Amino acid sequence: MPHIQLPEGLPGISSGFAFRPETAKPMRALAEVLLRGPSTLSSGEREMIATLVSTRNDCFFCQTSHRAAAAHLLDTGQGSTLEASYELVDAVRFDFQNAAVSPKMKALLMIAAKVQVSGKSVLTGDIEAARQAGATDLEIHDTVLIAAAFCMFNRYVDGLATFAPTDQQVYDEMGAMLAREGYVRESKQGA
Amino acid sequence: MAHIELPEGIPPGIRGLMTYRPETAKPLNELVEVLLRAPHSLSAGERELIATFVSSGNDCKYCQSIHGAIAAVHLGGDEALVAAVKDDYTAAGVSDKMKALLNIAGKVRESGKSVTTEDVENARRQGATDLEIHDTVLIAAVFCLCNRYVDGLATWAPEDPDFYRQRGALVAANGYGASILMK
Repeated sequence: MPHIQLPEGLPGISSGFAFRPETAKPMRALAEVLLRGPSTLSSGEREMIATLVSTRNDCFFCQTSHRAAAAHLLDTGQGSTLEASYELVDAVRFDFQNAAVSPKMKALLMIAAKVQVSGKSVLTGDIEAARQAGATDLEIHDTVLIAAAFCMFNRYVDGLATFAPTDQQVYDEMGAMLAREGYVRESKQGA
Repeated sequence: MAHIELPEGIPPGIRGLMTYRPETAKPLNELVEVLLRAPHSLSAGERELIATFVSSGNDCKYCQSIHGAIAAVHLGGDEALVAAVKDDYTAAGVSDKMKALLNIAGKVRESGKSVTTEDVENARRQGATDLEIHDTVLIAAVFCLCNRYVDGLATWAPEDPDFYRQRGALVAANGYGASILMK
């Protein structure tokens, strides 16, 4: 049961958003610009960064919903299937160093993993490795901020003990909707 | 030196990053403005104390210094109270309700999952409302973002306490949306 009286029937962060629309608006806008705004990183790549951080923070609602959003956004190549996309996202969640992503993504995921622990954990060597793999300053900036933002979203969702559905089908539909419509929309459903 | 190349003469801490990336600065400033300054049953000084306490726990020099300075301005210049909250809030001269909310904020800093039903019930017994509990959780979570953003990119933080006093007075008077553009 949530720690405070939140509107019923809404999953995860959407119950906090409905309780406090004044803070929901900029939080949705931040997610939209970071995960879906113009960027040299694809939305699927950015959702994978969000998913890794949420997994390491053990936030069930965030990691499951963003895992699904990433899977629906990723194109795993010729004959790409949703199942293969989920497999790739799970490989990133649990062992990104051995996942089938670019060396640049691995270097950015390493920075995100450091930020999850503490901003101070990010070392000059981590940044140099990302640059050597082709990352731009803006990509490094956005990786740090996506990771930091999910340290906020995860704490918000779990700090209020919001309701998280357990049915994977619910998250798959949520992920498809997030991939299609994004974070700034009329509907109050979903992440 | 910052991890990424920021334009020369850029302001320290998060303001330099906000100048670098105005698209993300806008919602961040809006969020902090609503949480720390909009009309509320918690005073601006109390909310800035929560932000300072979390930033201190995360060892973020820029954030704890600037928000500590802003808190002091809102609290009538009481820098000793800000220092006491950072040092040991359970012994500081704040209300029992504030102590219960600071306890929740400290839990959120570790992990959202650290907040227990008991922590929340204790805050309620001291008179905290659901909105105050919600905003305490969110302020703490937002500063876990800001601290990681500022330190994750190794931004510059001045040593001089007077720098923070002067900036703190400006932000306390003008707010966050406006402050980004002010030198």
